[in-house]
Amino acid sequence: MVNIEINGIPVQAADGSMLIEAADQAGIAIPRFCYHKKLSIAANCRMCLVEVEKMGKPMPACATPVNEGMKVFTKSPKAISAQRAVMEFLLINHPLDCPICDQGGECDLQEMALGYGNGTSQYGEAKRVVADQPIGPLIATEMTRCIHCTRCVRFGQEIAGVMELGATGRGEHMRIGTYVAKSVSSELSGNVIDLCPVGALTSRPYRYSARPWELDSHDSVSPHDCLGANIQVQSRRGELQRVLPRDNEALNECWLSDRDRFAYLGLAASDRLSAPRIKRDGEWQTVDWDTALTFAAEGIKAAGNSVGALAGYSSTTEEYYLLQKLVRGLGSNNIDFRLRQLDFSDQARLPAMPGLSLPVVEIESIDAALLIGANVRKEQPLLGLRLRKAALNGAAIHSVAAVDYAANLPMGQRIVTAPEAMVASLVAVAKALLVEGGSAPEGFAALAEKVEVSIEAEMIAASLKGAEKGIVWVGAMAAGSPDAAALRSLAALIADLSGCQLQLPGEGGNSAGAALAGCLPHRAAAGSEVDAAGLDWRAMLGAGLKALVLMNCEPELDCADSRTARTGLEQAGFVVALSGYASQAMVERCDVLLPMAMSYETSGTLVNAQGNWQGFGAAIAAPGDARPAWKLLRVLGNLLDLDGFEQFSSEEIRDELKALTGATGTIANQLRWQPVAPSVRVEGLSGIAEFAIHGVDPVVRRAAALQASIDGQGASVVRVHSTTAAARGFNDGQKVMLRTGEWSCAPMPLVVDDTVPAGCVLLRKGTEATQGCSSGFGPVELIPA
Amino acid sequence: MNLLRSFKSLFLLELLGGMRVTGRYLFKKKFTVQYPEERAPMSPRFRGHHALRRYANGEERCIACKLCEVICPAMAITIELAERDDGTRRTTRYDIDMTKCIYCGFCEEACPVDAIVETRVYEYVGEERGDLLMSKEKLLAMGDKHEQQIAADRAADAPYR
Repeated sequence: MVNIEINGIPVQAADGSMLIEAADQAGIAIPRFCYHKKLSIAANCRMCLVEVEKMGKPMPACATPVNEGMKVFTKSPKAISAQRAVMEFLLINHPLDCPICDQGGECDLQEMALGYGNGTSQYGEAKRVVADQPIGPLIATEMTRCIHCTRCVRFGQEIAGVMELGATGRGEHMRIGTYVAKSVSSELSGNVIDLCPVGALTSRPYRYSARPWELDSHDSVSPHDCLGANIQVQSRRGELQRVLPRDNEALNECWLSDRDRFAYLGLAASDRLSAPRIKRDGEWQTVDWDTALTFAAEGIKAAGNSVGALAGYSSTTEEYYLLQKLVRGLGSNNIDFRLRQLDFSDQARLPAMPGLSLPVVEIESIDAALLIGANVRKEQPLLGLRLRKAALNGAAIHSVAAVDYAANLPMGQRIVTAPEAMVASLVAVAKALLVEGGSAPEGFAALAEKVEVSIEAEMIAASLKGAEKGIVWVGAMAAGSPDAAALRSLAALIADLSGCQLQLPGEGGNSAGAALAGCLPHRAAAGSEVDAAGLDWRAMLGAGLKALVLMNCEPELDCADSRTARTGLEQAGFVVALSGYASQAMVERCDVLLPMAMSYETSGTLVNAQGNWQGFGAAIAAPGDARPAWKLLRVLGNLLDLDGFEQFSSEEIRDELKALTGATGTIANQLRWQPVAPSVRVEGLSGIAEFAIHGVDPVVRRAAALQASIDGQGASVVRVHSTTAAARGFNDGQKVMLRTGEWSCAPMPLVVDDTVPAGCVLLRKGTEATQGCSSGFGPVELIPA
Repeated sequence: MNLLRSFKSLFLLELLGGMRVTGRYLFKKKFTVQYPEERAPMSPRFRGHHALRRYANGEERCIACKLCEVICPAMAITIELAERDDGTRRTTRYDIDMTKCIYCGFCEEACPVDAIVETRVYEYVGEERGDLLMSKEKLLAMGDKHEQQIAADRAADAPYR
């Protein structure tokens, strides 16, 4: 620590820290534009000039390291006149269009100009005007307003790891733009909106809709990935206007992924359900709540215990808890939320709660990681940032996956294989680890016999073994693959042999909460075992149950096997949907539609990957007659004469569950190796399927701006390797139909993409275009449309 | 003292004093105007009924910056906005509740483009409460009708602004 003096106040600052950090710590305000605590120091705006004793010229506080005994004056005449002069220069080219600028009211330049600007301008020459380039559906640009702080450029380089925005030209001719004319595709691009100190980069969906001073801010938690990013939901006159990040150094720092930021747009979709509806004699009727709930309860009651329930991924823990209570109260264990999974053979051995074994911040300090079928960057963009930091600190990040995912970090070894060969690749890594010592567990030798250890596998093994703190990460593609149990088991073995920690981040925003709440066929609340396990979602839909309850999910899109979901719904007797939307499929196949409040419209708790129970209140009212799902389930429970449905608030439900899980609210246990069967070889084309990042839940799916983004657009295509395309005579952009078994999807454009291994076809699920196929794994055919 | 008071009472001196004032005004020039045939003079700064102005080319001035809405102490103004097809920022709703308005003129002062102004019009009634809720169309029509007077008033006041 060094002792300095700012404006006569003694301040202690860390060695090597900059003046502006010391001042910020002491609560002394220094104006700034280019300085940002999470970005490197550029010192190009010069707004933070301060006077330092014994230094001739004013010094930029953001780039001047503290020195023992330094005396700094931020408000002296010299400092003030320097700051005013800088402001005058900045205002030379900045347009005076604050009244039509969306940043107005929360603009750093506007605020500083009030403090340091002159009332009149001495500048009479022509102002600089920059022609705009559109950079996508999420960010609106008005580059004439740019003051060249380069925060957005540094964000891309340093944080997001994508060189998308850059500065070209110098001085008066400098301009920020995409190097090659294209739109910004980063999954974190929305953060530049927050970073831009002026109105050069603003939110396109929010464009011209409100002023910051009229917005009510509500603290909430984002339900779209397992990080549970902290957000502020801002509304005006009860209407949601935008979502901003809320600082939480332990989780999202000050960032937010585009999915978390713009998913709210889906809440106002045109097919939003606002009144209860029932299907009587094949006709839909809009009815009051009493009629609808009684109708639903009677239908469920008539089914006896031939009842099941499917829940989507982004519900609150309270909703999951009441749903499983309802189903179990009816004498059934048929309840499942793992709609994106296909393999449940290891469910009894899995940890009672998916999640990370180490706090999110500690991901930054790992030395090695093996990502198995994981595209962390797109699945949990903000966890991807932590991983990127680790990689920049020297961690070796290896990958075994069926797609050569575009990484934003320096990757170690990448093994890209057909999906069914991932098991063999992992066996190779485990085999390489066994060479260095340790005994092969039971059942491993048979698997390892035929597997050759590749150089890559050896290098991964050596890197994991040598790591002081290593992790083995099972990603969404692995968890959603038909070989998931084998992949998890091998991941556990590799973790065991190398001394790494196994990470099983759940899919969706609250899979940890759903598991804790007992929304599983084989485990009740708090992970307690049930006598006889019920059916998983796939078996449930194949069983032709007499009554089915859907909560916050669209089975034909949310389930990993769209075809099973569709036929299963047709076979089910009486289908009750607690849903935010009346999608076409629901209108066709359900018997009751109960409008429910979606995220931000209901209170509840989300449990994130590191086990934090994050509670939040409702930010806005649900449209029309829609009610929180926990209230609907409570009334259904009462109407069905079940015990334990007397709660008056979501907090009461949470406390009831918390009493079962104990004070920590988490369950720690470990997955161990179990012998697995080798996966089946696929002849011909092998299908790879994963959920599109903007196809993960009904809300995101309806967020038009996200669907219009590059990630959204890229989801509705079939991808194959160039050699495969050439061998089969397909051209880039040609319309093809993907056929699995006897079913085929609607025609889709084919995209030649060399990140897909040869002989494979990559399909992104969860979108309108790709529904209708089965799981997407296994043998597939491509037919020209 | 008693004697003085008796004297004043006896000769009705206070009454005469009052009558003197009455008499003086009886012969003075009258300032009563015969409203509505006659009108009192008005300042160009008079703050009457609101109007939304247009530019000479017919384009509405208002750019939906919402400053009038936020400055309004009576919270009488309600604005909703959206991007118009040509990409400009425009109001989709501009309401002034005349029953709330206190005619302080802050909206006019806040307006960066002289779009919302207070005219000299003060004779307006509503037979129903809703009649006094001024919509964007009504306010623009008001502006179109009185543009000449409004422009003249702004010009007259310009040196002092």
